[in-house]
Formats: sequence, structure tokens, C-alpha cells
Amino acid sequence: MAGPAQPPASGEPFVLAASLDNARNLSGLLRAVHFQDHATCFATANGLRVTVEDAKCIQANAFIQAEIFQEFAVQEESVTFRINLSVLLDCLTIFGTSSSPGTSTALRMCYRGYGYPLMLFLEEGGVVTVCKINTQEPDELLDFDFCSTKVVNKIILQSEGLREAFAELDMTSEVLQITMSPDKPYFRLSTFGNSGSAHLDYPRDSDLMEAFHCTQTQTNRYKISLLKPSAKALALSCKVSIRTDARGFLSLQYMIRNEDGQICFVEYYCCPDEDITEAEL
Amino acid sequence: MRFRAKIVDFACLNHFGRIINTIAKLAKTCTLRLTVGKLYFILSDKVANGGVSMWCELCQGNFFDEFQMEGVAAEHNEIYLELVPENLSRALKTAQNAKAVKIKLTNKHCPCLRVAVELPSLSSSSRIVTHDIPVGVIPKRLWNDFREPSVPDFDVSIYLPVLKTMKSVVERMKNLSNSIVIEANLSGEMNLKIETDLVSVTTHFKDLGNPPWASEDGCQSSAQDRNLESMAEARIDIRKLQQLLAGQQVNPTKALCNIVSKRIVHFILLHEDVSLQYFIPALA
Repeated sequence: MAGPAQPPASGEPFVLAASLDNARNLSGLLRAVHFQDHATCFATANGLRVTVEDAKCIQANAFIQAEIFQEFAVQEESVTFRINLSVLLDCLTIFGTSSSPGTSTALRMCYRGYGYPLMLFLEEGGVVTVCKINTQEPDELLDFDFCSTKVVNKIILQSEGLREAFAELDMTSEVLQITMSPDKPYFRLSTFGNSGSAHLDYPRDSDLMEAFHCTQTQTNRYKISLLKPSAKALALSCKVSIRTDARGFLSLQYMIRNEDGQICFVEYYCCPDEDITEAEL
Repeated sequence: MRFRAKIVDFACLNHFGRIINTIAKLAKTCTLRLTVGKLYFILSDKVANGGVSMWCELCQGNFFDEFQMEGVAAEHNEIYLELVPENLSRALKTAQNAKAVKIKLTNKHCPCLRVAVELPSLSSSSRIVTHDIPVGVIPKRLWNDFREPSVPDFDVSIYLPVLKTMKSVVERMKNLSNSIVIEANLSGEMNLKIETDLVSVTTHFKDLGNPPWASEDGCQSSAQDRNLESMAEARIDIRKLQQLLAGQQVNPTKALCNIVSKRIVHFILLHEDVSLQYFIPALA
């Protein structure tokens, strides 16, 4: 394995330097959280976390651990910057998005620190593309204060069971209502759209249900337009864990297997919709 | 003025259909020039086209089983028609399984190209679907507007990279910028570059090869004196380049471009039986 690239003569040394033999192992995961133009990147020796937020109600995080990369070196305790995620994705997929067998794009990523652009070097079939993407001041990120010890209800489902349901959600409904309970209906997704209400129930003994730990009946409503982008993460994942805490905050964790069989995680946090009350539904 | 032609061969029909499809992607309206031996699809560089021009030439013998043409006059045995290639493309799309396609110039109420597609049928009589494509007859006095463009006095001539790669890169770059810089040198190197406030992206192609042009007296022959490494470049509208690349459904036998620094990029795409030249002017 080659050592880190020599930093060019001028300028500061790199605070972040990473190499990846298959750029799709990064771009695939970033697509799962791409519902806004901007993202905050946070790198430590453990790896890279990319966060996207919207409306102060929803946050998605993609985790690409250091082991996924062929090389991952962070010179400071942590490195943070804000970047245009649409531009980053266009650069990472510069040679196309279709995965033809045998060909892959190799990536080298370098960042010199605050005020410097993110440099990407991509190579496929002898052709090299160099990208310089401007970075911005990192935003303050929401803290959902969601911790495993305060989880009230948790289920783990095989993603294939949920994919069709999510793809066909009635978008004329303002909310997606999630009911989780130790009793019937166990796990129910509901929408209330122009054509009427729709309920989809998953029994606790279903083949798709990998784990079922519900202690309390909870019904929470979330703005459907905010949750719909999570369908991208669902489509890529093999398993999803759905958890709620006492406040009704929702945590969706997706287990995604990349092209090399490695596991990465994407999580979505969403707070319940305060505006819609029982009476209005 | 008479024109009547027929294609019976399945492969010829599909190939012809693909060519018309490519033309339709490049021009909303263009000129069809018919001579005894060839068909030409021409777009001249009017301001309305954004200064882009096109010259596409096919030998009729490679496509048509029957081809009869009588031009406006004996000494000018040619016909120039203005048409919307998308109309012709759509008509030919219905001909994918056809037994034969006949094309005829008619003038019932107004000049039209009548495309009659004979489709297979279970009964003894064939099914015929007819498309009447309105055309404008271009008078002889305007024919000078549609002369073959001469190869410009280029600074660099270079073979294009694998079109599939070039297409992917240009498509992504189109999301990031409205203009793209093409630069190339006589050492077989080409760079595609975009630069905006947000991002700059450069793709480097190497070992492309430079086509040998017959040296004439004048600038071309002084190419040997020129520094092989120095780049000729032009900034062009990225959508025009993307349209050209997206329209290529089959890999050409030869693909090259001639760059006149800061003025124009001249693309030449050669297939076995059709040649396409496309000129994209540099942006101000």
C-alpha cells in the first residue's frame, strides 16, 4: 500500500488525507442522505460522518468508518467543514454512476484545513479528474439527544419489507403516523390523504421482523415530506431499526452493505410534528 | 422536381433511423440536400442556432434500394428542403419492423415528404402507415447559404477520447457550469475544464493521438515548428457539447476535433457510411 501522497510544496500540510479504491463506496452512502444541497463533514481518526439537516426537524447522518478507506489520516483531533453535497456527489460520480463490472473509480481526498477547498483526485481507466470544491464555515448541528437508554420502542425489520410501503406513501397526506405497541397492531404506518386513510400493519411474528421490543403503545406523527427522503437510505439498506423515545422522537438506522460487502450505517432522526393535533385528523 | 426512394433492408432501415435520430437531437430545423449520390443534413451557423453549424453526409447507395431524384434543373440536379428532423425521426420509429419504407416528395396542398411504412400483416394485403412531413422547398438563389464548411485553420487537431467517458464527464460538468473549456495539444493531451465560484473540475486525457493532416502551404505545415506541449483552447457552451455527445448512439470509427484557439471547435465523427461535422463557436 502506497504511503500518503507528498503534499505539494506550497501551503499547509493536509489535515485530512484519504484514499478509496472504489469511490462508489463513498458516493453510494452520501446519496442516501442527499436531500439538501449542503452537508457538514466531520472527520476524526474513526472515520467520516456527513450530516444533512432540514427544517430543524430532521437530521440524517452517513457514517463511513476509517476501515472502509484504504488510507484515512486525520492530523487534528477532528476536522469539520460545510460543503455543497450536490457538487461533491457530481464530482465523485464524474465518470458516471452505472457500476460496470471490473471498472471502478479510485479516489484520493485531501483537505488542508479551515479556508481551504476540498481536493478530490479521481481516476478511472487512466483518465484523471481533479476537483477543487470550496468549503464553508460549519453550521451548528442539531442535537436530538437521542440515547439508547431512553428508548421506549424498538423494532428491527428487513428493509425489503418496508421498501414498497415507503415508495408508495400517499404524499397527499401531510403526516406519516407511526404506531408501535406491545399489543395489536404492533407496528402500523398510517397516512391521511385526499383519497382517505391508509394503514399498513406489520405483525410481530412476521418473517420480516428481526427484533421486536415494544414496551408501550405510542402513536406519533411526522411530517411526511421530511421523512420521504429516507426512502433513499431504505432502498440501499438490508436492515432498518426503528426506535422512539418518550418524547416521540424517531430514530431510523439503516444497515447498508457496500459493493465490497462492508457494512456502513446511515441514521435519520426526526422530531414529531407538533402542529397536527388529533382533532384535525 | 421529383424524389422517390425506398429502403427494404432491415439493417439499413435501422441504421438510417439512428442517424436521423442523432440529427434530430442536434437540430430543431435543418436543411436536407438531395443529390444523385448523396444526402446531406445541414445546419448553417445562424445566430438563432447559437452559432453552431452541422454538416452530415451519407451515400444514398449505402441505405436505399431505390433512389430516384430529379433536381430543380438539369444543370442544378439537386433539391434543398427545410425540415424538422424530429418529424422524420418519429415517422421512422414506426418502421422498426417494417417490410419496406418509401419516401416521396409530394405537393398535394403543400410540399411534404411522404413516408409510407409498409408493416407486416397476417392478411394478404399489407398495412401501410403514411406520415406526411411538411417541408419547405429552398429556392436555388439561397443555395449558397448551405455550402460545405471548410476545415478551419486550426491550432490543434486531436482524436477524441472514448466517447462514453467523455459523455459521462461532460454530463456531470453540465450540472456544475454553463460553459466548458476544451484544451488540447499536439502531444495527444486533452483537458476538459470547468470553473465556477463553488468548484473547479479538470479532467485530463492522455495518449489520444493527433491525426496527421496532409501538410499544405500555410499554417498546417508549420505545426512541426509549434511547441508540441502548448495548448489550444476554447470555451464553449457545455449544453451544445453534451447534445453532440448524447446524440452518438453508436461509436464512430474515427472521432476527432480541431481547435482554433478562442474561436471555434470543429468536431468530425466518421462512421462507415456517414460523416458528421459539428462546429461549436467559442463563447465571447
